[in-house]
Amino acid sequence: MAKRIEVKDLDIYYDKFLAVQGVSMTIQPRSVTALIGPSGCGKSTFLRTLNRMHELVPNARVEGSVVMDDDDLYGPGVDPVNVRRQIGMVFQRPNPFPTMSIYDNVAAGLKLNNKRLKRSEMDDVVERSLKSANLWEEVKDRLQKPGSGLSGGQQQRLCIARAVAVQPDVLLMDEPCSALDPISTQAIEDLMLELKSNYTIVIVTHNMQQAARVSDTTGFFNLQGVGKPGELVEIDETTKIFSTPAKKATEDYISGRFG
Amino acid sequence: MSTPTTTQNQDPDLDRPLGGVPLTAGQLPRGAAPGTLAAVAVAGVLLWLIAGWNIAAVAVLGAIAYTVIIYAWSRTVEGPRKATDRFVTAVVTGAFLLALLPLISVIVTVVTNGLARFDAEFFTYSMSGVEGEGGGIYHAIMGTLIITGLATLISVPIGMFTAIYLVEYGRGKLAKAITFFVDVMTGIPSIVAGLFAYALFVVIFGPGVRMGFAGAVALSVLMIPTVVRSTEEMLKLVPNELREASYALAVPKWRTISKVVLPTALAGIATGVTLAIARVIGETAPLLVTAGLADAMNMNPFDGRMTTLSVFSYYEYQSPGLFAEAAFDRAWGAALVLIIIVMLLNLVARLISKLFAPKTR
Repeated sequence: MAKRIEVKDLDIYYDKFLAVQGVSMTIQPRSVTALIGPSGCGKSTFLRTLNRMHELVPNARVEGSVVMDDDDLYGPGVDPVNVRRQIGMVFQRPNPFPTMSIYDNVAAGLKLNNKRLKRSEMDDVVERSLKSANLWEEVKDRLQKPGSGLSGGQQQRLCIARAVAVQPDVLLMDEPCSALDPISTQAIEDLMLELKSNYTIVIVTHNMQQAARVSDTTGFFNLQGVGKPGELVEIDETTKIFSTPAKKATEDYISGRFG
Repeated sequence: MSTPTTTQNQDPDLDRPLGGVPLTAGQLPRGAAPGTLAAVAVAGVLLWLIAGWNIAAVAVLGAIAYTVIIYAWSRTVEGPRKATDRFVTAVVTGAFLLALLPLISVIVTVVTNGLARFDAEFFTYSMSGVEGEGGGIYHAIMGTLIITGLATLISVPIGMFTAIYLVEYGRGKLAKAITFFVDVMTGIPSIVAGLFAYALFVVIFGPGVRMGFAGAVALSVLMIPTVVRSTEEMLKLVPNELREASYALAVPKWRTISKVVLPTALAGIATGVTLAIARVIGETAPLLVTAGLADAMNMNPFDGRMTTLSVFSYYEYQSPGLFAEAAFDRAWGAALVLIIIVMLLNLVARLISKLFAPKTR
């Protein structure tokens, strides 16, 4: 299920503009990897290259390699849609489909792809996913109600349930808690700690304390300079990054001298 | 800059000293505005009835008199800002009432004249074999429904797919060219659209051809740009994050459009289409040259003349024959039916909008 991702010398271009330069890292399976850094340094851009979502911007391309357990994600003839089947994503602002009920939202990954499942099998998938997202108890009596009628934290857990319903190997989360209150944030952080036993999770976060709480490995991104591309400064075990970082820039950021 | 509060520093525009403007100001009594209005109205009615003035002149003078009185009164008591507020309120309300007049006038005229022929025969008989009294518009109603229905069938798919291309796929020169030409099409006069459709069918069928389908083609030339524009606006309103959520679930682009974007925009698109139909249903000029006039029922849009309500009204008025009264009654009746159909279409648009809107509870 959970897979390892190896990134080597990744350069990310938007047309001719180099946005992120020379990223190399290994994302371990069954763990949480956090990416931290100041705004605009390329963390979200890098995250989106992992499931080829950056290609939604016209003329975006990468150089370098991203390999997931022996599968080159950017190999010739690889369909981005197939990559996204195995690497799911949860976004910053909860985005349940407004025309669908809670049930249909969770099942969307299967229904929109015309996977025909028997009614009972679909019910099982929805129940399993909502349980994994810690949302089952709260919504089991109103599965046919619209998805947008839930609170912010519930909507985000609904989006997580939707993402895990298709059983991806890797789960990417782009600042999943920044639009939520502290209680909902804690609920989702607890969820991440539960999910990591089955999934590889990569999370981008602005909140350093959150990275310290949930992640096993932390990577620090920074801009090389004004108007220059972003880069991965340092990546190591979370405890090490937050106590004895190797690079000065990392230490400055951790102690709040900038960012 | 700041001025001492006691003083001769008077801004000539304010009736009070610059520094230290008091928080409270005078106020006109509660019934001031309605009272003035009533007084002016009474004076106006007296002038009209007793002195025999023209009602329109009385109304205009009354409006002006009310505006001047309320402005002057308010300015002395409440201050310039409130006075200007009342002045603009009076002007805007007056303009609204002025704009309302033609609408009310049209409705009242059509209803009073059209009700003369609101009988069962009117709705169930055609004009076949009728000279003078009697007859009906059954053939015209059918003609309007068939021709407009066909026009909708042609325009909606073309318009929607064009809008989908422009919003979801088009990036370069082709998209720009299409947008430009759609804008040009919005301005095509209806008679030109009719002549185009007629010329096209002459090339295929020979001169003198008349058929309902040619009328439908002419109407679709007028409908397509409206459908494209409104669908485009509705698709652009769908937030991008919904598309991203769908892509992240490994849903290919075309399925994202058909199963996520279109259902979300459906309410707005349906409203836009219904309003486009309401716009073309009353077109007369293009149908005169393409579908022509017929007395009897014709349900086949591919063969022969087909009458529509608008063309029927026109001919009944234009060449009423010997029994002018009867013809005029029929013309008004047809016009009333047309207005009722347009009103129903607008109601349907609202219902659709309510029904298909994404629900939150």
